[in-house]
Amino acid sequence: MAFLRNLSRKKIFWPLAALVLLMCFNLFFTPNFFRVEIKEGHLYGNVIDILKNSAPIMFLAIGLTLVIATKGVDISVGSVVAISAGVVAMLIGGDLKGVPKNPILLSMAAAVLVATLAGMWNGLLVSRVGMQPVIATLILLVAGRGIAMVTTNAMVVWLYAKPFALLGQGYLLGLPFSLYMVAFLLLATMLVTRRTALGLFIEAVGINPTAARFAGINARNIVFWVYAFSGFCAGISGLVVCSTVMSADGNNAGDGYEMNAILAVVLGGTSMSGGKFYLMGSMVGALIVQTLTTTIYAFNVPPEIAFLVKAVVVWVVSLLQSPDLRSGMAGFLGRRSEGGKEAAA
Amino acid sequence: MSRKGLINLRSLPSLVTLGLFLLMFGAGSLSFPGFFSLQNFLNLFIDNAYLLVLAVGMTLVIVAGGIDLSVGSMLALSTMLSSFLLERAGWKPGQVIPTVLAVGLALGAFMGYMIHAFSLPPFIVTLAGLYLARGLCYVVSIDAIGIKNEFWQGMANARIPAEAANSVSPSVIIALAVVAAGGFILRSTKFGRTIYAIGGNEQSAVLMGLPVARTKVGIYAISGFCSALSGIVFSFYTLAGYALNGRGMEMDAIATVVIGGTLLTGGVGGVVGTVFGVLVYGTIQVLIMFQGTLNSWWTRIAIGFLVFLFCLLQRVFEAGRGKSGKDGSAGPASC
Amino acid sequence: MSEQAPILEMKKIRKEFPGVLALSGVDFRLWKGEVHALMGQNGAGKSTLVKVLTGVHRHDGGEMLLEGRPIRPDSPLAAQKLGINAVYQEINLCPNLSVAENVFIGREPLRLGRIDWKAMREKAREVLGRLNLSVDVTRTLSSCSIAVQQMVAIARVLDSAAKVLVLDEPTSSLDEREVAQLFKVVRKLRDEGMAILFITHFLDQTYQIADRITILKNGEFVGEYEAAKLPKLELVAKMLGKELSEFSQASPGEGEKSRTASVSAGELLRARGLGRRGGVAPFDLDLDGGEVLGLAGLLGSGRTETARLLFGIDKADCGEISVKGKPAQIGSPRAAMALGIGFCSEDRKNEGIFAELSIRENLILALQTKLGAFRFIAPKRQVEIADRLIRELGIKTPSSSGEAKQLSGGNQQKVMLARWLATDPGILILDEPTRGIDVGAKLEIMEQILNLSRAGLGLLFISSEFEEVLRCSGRVAVFKDKALVAQLAGPEMTESGIMRTIAGGR
Repeated sequence: MAFLRNLSRKKIFWPLAALVLLMCFNLFFTPNFFRVEIKEGHLYGNVIDILKNSAPIMFLAIGLTLVIATKGVDISVGSVVAISAGVVAMLIGGDLKGVPKNPILLSMAAAVLVATLAGMWNGLLVSRVGMQPVIATLILLVAGRGIAMVTTNAMVVWLYAKPFALLGQGYLLGLPFSLYMVAFLLLATMLVTRRTALGLFIEAVGINPTAARFAGINARNIVFWVYAFSGFCAGISGLVVCSTVMSADGNNAGDGYEMNAILAVVLGGTSMSGGKFYLMGSMVGALIVQTLTTTIYAFNVPPEIAFLVKAVVVWVVSLLQSPDLRSGMAGFLGRRSEGGKEAAA
Repeated sequence: MSRKGLINLRSLPSLVTLGLFLLMFGAGSLSFPGFFSLQNFLNLFIDNAYLLVLAVGMTLVIVAGGIDLSVGSMLALSTMLSSFLLERAGWKPGQVIPTVLAVGLALGAFMGYMIHAFSLPPFIVTLAGLYLARGLCYVVSIDAIGIKNEFWQGMANARIPAEAANSVSPSVIIALAVVAAGGFILRSTKFGRTIYAIGGNEQSAVLMGLPVARTKVGIYAISGFCSALSGIVFSFYTLAGYALNGRGMEMDAIATVVIGGTLLTGGVGGVVGTVFGVLVYGTIQVLIMFQGTLNSWWTRIAIGFLVFLFCLLQRVFEAGRGKSGKDGSAGPASC
Repeated sequence: MSEQAPILEMKKIRKEFPGVLALSGVDFRLWKGEVHALMGQNGAGKSTLVKVLTGVHRHDGGEMLLEGRPIRPDSPLAAQKLGINAVYQEINLCPNLSVAENVFIGREPLRLGRIDWKAMREKAREVLGRLNLSVDVTRTLSSCSIAVQQMVAIARVLDSAAKVLVLDEPTSSLDEREVAQLFKVVRKLRDEGMAILFITHFLDQTYQIADRITILKNGEFVGEYEAAKLPKLELVAKMLGKELSEFSQASPGEGEKSRTASVSAGELLRARGLGRRGGVAPFDLDLDGGEVLGLAGLLGSGRTETARLLFGIDKADCGEISVKGKPAQIGSPRAAMALGIGFCSEDRKNEGIFAELSIRENLILALQTKLGAFRFIAPKRQVEIADRLIRELGIKTPSSSGEAKQLSGGNQQKVMLARWLATDPGILILDEPTRGIDVGAKLEIMEQILNLSRAGLGLLFISSEFEEVLRCSGRVAVFKDKALVAQLAGPEMTESGIMRTIAGGR
């Protein structure tokens, strides 16, 4: 027991173990799961696909990790992905010859800016108005999809501007380009949170908001910017999502992503009740989620069954993190020993 | 509402909603010819009967301070199960309906149990429930299943004359019965009052010796039941089971409840307000339809905006309440 | 009264929590038709005793007899069924429901299977009438004053077959008029034969209402007295665990040296007419550099409220503050920090320590906020600072990287103190820094306080242990019933002096 407890304290251990377990399962049951080929100088294979497909969730998970660390949550990220995809698609335009209406980089910047503003809106509601995070972000979850659909005139907008495809489909040195973006954002976030005091402040606010205030931390600002950052991350995710399929579908882009991203963060070891956060863990979590999906695909069952598996995983993980379950079990044991004492007396 | 106290602050939000509805319906009547008719008003009920059923269950959950994100998927599951059992398994409607309702009840109760027994956040448990129900839909069938059953066809086409040439569908009767039942539960049963107590202060409710555990499980069970019933009503309307039915409908249900004046923090609200909330929701849709040039997705933006407005209103309301409490608690004379 | 058998008898009650003996052999007797006050300082075991009685905790030793029969309630509900009811300071009712419903919820009158609202309202009026309370029973509870809410809570309890009523600090947030109203009700119930256990921090109120007083100290039974025969001064002495005769010899401590400067110029901190409704009555306070000003008083006397005002946690309704001669606005802890003020809360767990952060992070946090998020203290430097503070304050830990929750209470206290020392403050407010820690650690902390004052800091030292206050302080401000009642200096500064001030009127 003590051995297990010690192991479970190392936060990155559990997500990694789960990932390895899942991989082992695939090694035995999914043929060619680990085969990687080189076609046209790029790496191809299930593993590469998993990495590539998990990129959009990874962006979201980076932002959400910080939000969840402050004891909050942002369930609007899926809708913000759709908004960002819609904005960038409309700005670049669906010209069949592939001539962008506006400069591609500028369009991308505008889309991310809009997404960041959406995040700021959430931050405002949570930190200033004082709404519960679930409810505050619920508003944007409802309205966000409407905004995305209105942006794209309720149509699927197809893009033909080649350079834009780089984000979601391009390769660099044999690896998907989106992975470099993830790595860059991850590194930048780690630098900003761990090489300044921001990470410490975020954790302090999540662990003990009162003590944080008494120690002079401006908790409101921290919370506000964390939501803004989550919007920013969703914006980048939206760009990649849009580029992967070279289209923006306001209705389906980013649908259900919030669930996957929350799952990734929680699997990665950051607790829903706030406090210590683990960005690397969240990345591993995102890989677990994607591997799970890919594994289910490989089994030739309808991909939608993945919903079922994920639901069960969410329940199990939240149960494992539930302090009540732990104390309940301790209490159960305690009660038994107390009963024993009484019987003895 | 015979209690004097209800007229003032507590019923204020639902009165605001009623006013909003009248205003919107009036504006529509003035702007668009053919908008103002009894049938158009009744159509609001016909087109949103399923939403009303869903929202009544959601009202109970939210009054208790919880949230149920699974209702849209549960509705889809219910349409899938109904159509599958009717068309593929050859069951009779008399067998199908109780089965589907029982499934909804059981799934809801299960989620309620998880929320209560392990103190898990309701939104996480029901978000997983959303995915579970959606996944189960695909287990039943990947494709949509059309319903040709006579009873269902009959329910889809039947009209019950209301007044002169105007009529309503049987679904409206079902929905209104659910509203009445919801109202009765909330107002006149111990179970219902315990829901308010939990929403007001769960810890106090426990210390006051109220059956909090049983009630919490019961609330989510009822919400599951309402989702299942709503699915049946929905399939009367669409005559098909489809796994993508009711996507995002949990948000519509929550939105109508909030617009109806029920506090998202729990403890205050009721089904009458929710009826107004659904009417406002329906009117927005009809207005956008009549307007013609606006994309139907503006509905969602308008709904989101209204939810925001009502949440803001609630915050102001709460702040006011907090202040009055503070004034009430006086310490030693000062200044 | 005493000839009758008591309705409730608690004998040699023992309660142990992991690592703490909360009650060691406490006796408590309660008769029908009396108000019995339970008195004691922080950590005396009052609340534990009440929790044992009301079924929140179960006792590990001793026995409890209700009307001669042994009882062992295992939940508040079980205790209620036995006729033992409690009304707490934080009222356990539902603010969103009506007054009538709060009285009856859970046992509403039914008619034809539905709640009979009319009957409920009538019955509620009746029950509240018994308490001489006329209030519109259809009002929502949250719109009623706290006093009315208290009485609704009592009314709820009355309707069931209550034998014992526990009132746990019911008056802390009531004004005088409301207290009088409540006491009228309490007396009426007593005269009707109810046995009432009353807990309060207000000495005067104890004498107004109580027939009998039981005193606890450090989880031990000190004695049971008839209120009329126990002088106030003796009550205070016994709560502090002293005999009155001990006070003649004042305890000249280290503070003696600074005691010569009996009048402070307030050059570091000066407050005039500072106060907050519901917190502490307006007061004047001065503090010089190199001075330790003790704030003495019993729990709930307004000491902590004063500290919170000075640190900007609560906003003052009136009065002004100047720091180093300049008028200052202290609207938030950040603003206070900018003026060089530091504050160690008495509530380590909820307001001080970040349990899951490392000791090092706990130590540098205030310094880091002072520097701002982007002037990051490099990890190497963090370790240096942490190690230095750990050494200087003698924090017992193998390394600075362990989680703060693993530290003992005394070491956590030192961490909080050290956190502020790292910011190099000019003024330090210490609220009960010696509470709940062992004797050795107490001495070390007091040593630190004196060292800091020698280094030129101005310190406000809050403690319920008057001996400690006297040992460290140059002057003592005495608080009573949410007001600063006197400032003692020079020869007046003795334990008996403080006690006489507290026991005397305002």
